[in-house]
Amino acid sequence: MKIGVPREIHAGEKRVATTPDVAAQLIELGFGVAVETDAGARASFSDEAYAAAGCDVVERSKDLWAAADVILKVRAPEAGELAMLRPEQTLIAFLAPGQNPELLGKLTASGATAISMDSVPRISRAQKLDALSSMANIAGYRAVVEAAQHFGRFFTGQITAAGRIPPAKVLVIGAGVAGLSAIGAAKSMGAIVRAFDTRPEVAEQVESMDAEFLMLDFEGEDGAGEGGYAKVMSDEFIKAEMALFAEQAKDVDIIITTALIPGKPAPRLVTADMVRSMKDGSVIVDLAAETGGNCELTEADKVIERNGVTIIGYTDLPSRLAAQSSQLYATNLKHLLTELCPEKNGQIDVNMEDEVIRGATICIGGETTWPPPPPKISATPARAAPAPAPVPEPKKPSVIGPIVAIALAGLALLGLGAVAPPSFMAHFTVFVLACFVGYMVIWNVTPALHTPLMSVTNAISSIIVIGALLQISSPVSVIMWIAGFTVMLTSVNIAGGFAVTRRMLEMFRK
Amino acid sequence: MISSGIVTVSYIAATVLFILALGGLSNQETARRGNWYGITGMAIALVATVLGVVTRHYTILLVALLIGGSVGIVLARRVQMTQMPELVAILHSLVGLAAVAVGFANFMDPASHFTGVDLTIHDIETYLGVLIGAVTFSGSVIAFLKLSARISGSPLTLPGRHWLNLALLVAAIWFGGQFVLQSAGGGGLIPLIAMTVIALLFGVHMVMAIGGADMPVVVSMLNSYSGWAAAATGFMLSNDLLIVTGALVGSSGAILSYIMCRAMNRRFLAVIAGGFGTGGGSAAAGGDVEGEVAPIDAQEAAALLANAKEVMIVPGYGMAVAQAQHVVYEITKVLREKGVNVRFGIHPVAGRMPGHMNVLLAEARVPYDIVYEMDEINDDFPDVDVSVVIGANDIVNPSAQEVPDSPIAGMPVLEVWKGKITIVLKRSMATGYAGVQNPLFFKDNTRMLFGDAKDSLDAVLKAL
Repeated sequence: MKIGVPREIHAGEKRVATTPDVAAQLIELGFGVAVETDAGARASFSDEAYAAAGCDVVERSKDLWAAADVILKVRAPEAGELAMLRPEQTLIAFLAPGQNPELLGKLTASGATAISMDSVPRISRAQKLDALSSMANIAGYRAVVEAAQHFGRFFTGQITAAGRIPPAKVLVIGAGVAGLSAIGAAKSMGAIVRAFDTRPEVAEQVESMDAEFLMLDFEGEDGAGEGGYAKVMSDEFIKAEMALFAEQAKDVDIIITTALIPGKPAPRLVTADMVRSMKDGSVIVDLAAETGGNCELTEADKVIERNGVTIIGYTDLPSRLAAQSSQLYATNLKHLLTELCPEKNGQIDVNMEDEVIRGATICIGGETTWPPPPPKISATPARAAPAPAPVPEPKKPSVIGPIVAIALAGLALLGLGAVAPPSFMAHFTVFVLACFVGYMVIWNVTPALHTPLMSVTNAISSIIVIGALLQISSPVSVIMWIAGFTVMLTSVNIAGGFAVTRRMLEMFRK
Repeated sequence: MISSGIVTVSYIAATVLFILALGGLSNQETARRGNWYGITGMAIALVATVLGVVTRHYTILLVALLIGGSVGIVLARRVQMTQMPELVAILHSLVGLAAVAVGFANFMDPASHFTGVDLTIHDIETYLGVLIGAVTFSGSVIAFLKLSARISGSPLTLPGRHWLNLALLVAAIWFGGQFVLQSAGGGGLIPLIAMTVIALLFGVHMVMAIGGADMPVVVSMLNSYSGWAAAATGFMLSNDLLIVTGALVGSSGAILSYIMCRAMNRRFLAVIAGGFGTGGGSAAAGGDVEGEVAPIDAQEAAALLANAKEVMIVPGYGMAVAQAQHVVYEITKVLREKGVNVRFGIHPVAGRMPGHMNVLLAEARVPYDIVYEMDEINDDFPDVDVSVVIGANDIVNPSAQEVPDSPIAGMPVLEVWKGKITIVLKRSMATGYAGVQNPLFFKDNTRMLFGDAKDSLDAVLKAL
């Protein structure tokens, strides 16, 4: 089958749906790949590079759409593109069916199969084709870069001859993929990073990145919704949360907000009052600008200044790192195509029994298949953790047991001493002492040499051969033969035990 | 030819050399010298006895020594390192059989001249020597058959097996009483034979009831028994060399058994009673872990390894079965050349006998200074980028710490899940020996690489 990768026509979009490297991998899967002229130019992938990877470079977008069986895109198709979509074609892109019911209707009407990369279910198996996470990661990183661009000071603290430079304080609201990425980027630039999230279970992840997790002193509510996303919180919770932000706003230099609730307008977390309370030169980067913004003053796609605070509302942060985001998105698409083409024969099979494919497919054969049935398994394990099992009280070692044992052993020894002849007691003394010597010596043996220990003790335990040697000179022929047999058995052991020990010890080397 | 005083002095020398041989095993550098001490001690004891005690039948003696010795050397040369547990088990059985034979020969010797209490004590010594020897013999044979997969490794649990064991024990004591009584009147052969049969049955039944992964305990226990058999024979013959050596070996095996039991958090008696993993109810507890596993292929595994800084390899019995230790070493070598710090974490009961994994890795030329014991490296897992679990299951099971009513609760385990990513090589999703599902496989940071360990690792090596 032929994969077509058109140039993105959305204004300002620099990404492309495949890179030369990934195209080569798609060709390996059995597909043919056609790329429109200059498709990757704004992400620094030249037509020559695509051609070198084995792609056809097609001059006109019309020819490309006409020839391709599968269309890979970044943005949803625009009117002109929709017109070129044929019923037998499969379109894969960010289609956002929830936000664009009209587009969904048109796609369904076209009869084509449409797979939306933002509808891939959030289950462990689908992680490698989770393009939303890839883009969020980039957006978080880029948010810090944008903030640094507009922030008039260092991120890292320094002591210089010209005075002390305090480190910047960064507050990240929402510790999802984008938030964690922003934390990592800000941290690695040397800032002091604090983070807040309504889901307490992400605290560990935040702290693992060496950032401070701001705890809300609020009992009994957990912000984790379905599929690992956040949900809308109660009024009291939001009140407490806002108080925390108001207090933090006076202290921090940079706020990066990433709070999104799927299918809902972004929650208002930073009020105009808070912005007013921030220091001059502070920066707010609002990653939720597209759905209304977490900050009251944010204007989508613009950088504005209010009361000395720069508010960045870019909605195209991934596109601003076009080469990186194209590469990650292309890899996500490749993983999806690998799922769609299990035979690796260049034929795709939209298997609606497969949970991942079913979830991402929004229409097929003129029928709308969105929204999908809810996924069976949540990405986060069920947190129905009841009160932790009572820790069993450490059992106090019984004092009576050992005393009884020692007393019994003592009595037995006394009894033995009372009746046994002195010659036996002499041997018994030797025996007990030897047990103790063995005890002391063996505890010093390194565990790595336990196998050689067993084989060497095996060899020396065949010292029992002495017993047979004492008997072999017996005039009774039965005894002689038994003794001879025993000598043979034990000599197998002596020779075998020592030889195999030697062989093993030879192998231990530094 | 030489006086009994010189023989005794030689025995003292042999005793000291044996102790030095065991002491030498405290580290790898001195271990080889220790083995030579052992060989020297054995040679001195043999020569002294042959020169000082044996008066005739030299031909038989020599022929027996030669045949036995060459069989032993051939066995030692041919044995695969993965078959070491079998070899050790079969060698134990020979010691057991020798103890039985010496006991019988000594009993039939008309030259013995004990009376009164001496006779009773001597009889008890003989009886005990034969008893322990017979249990060691039949138990080791069964252990050998189980380890070499000639019979099934799963535990055989007869109904009322504890009562059967008790009955056998009572019968053995009763026959012991009969033996001492009859021996005073010149007889006693029949009770002795009857007891030998009972002891053989007991050995068979005991080891049959013990499953595959408890074998480290069984093998070290039989090691201990072979020592006690030698010690009992020493008492019977009034020979201090045998007593000392037997006691050394006996305590060595006992300590090993103790270490193995502690590593499984089980009581020695519970292991010996057998039947673990099949008990009603216990296997089901904590077994209902569900979730998605994340499979990966060899290329991805290779990429993870190549990009890691700290790699920890945790081998288990599966590595021995698949004979994968050489590929493991090749991978280790490639990674170390790339500057990846590769280390090995060994659980005390990994494999089928104590120290089994160390020997396999040594065979594959893995330097022993990157092979660590569980206690040495368990705290390092949070810094490990990629842990590779090869054919191990229960020893990396987080339920041991997280599920209080799990059958393996409290067993010390390697905490691989604390690392960043764990790659588990496994043939299927089957449970481990304890019959407990392993939640490790469902953790978010675990990737499963299904297939034969050797084939998978070959593919990983190629991808590297």
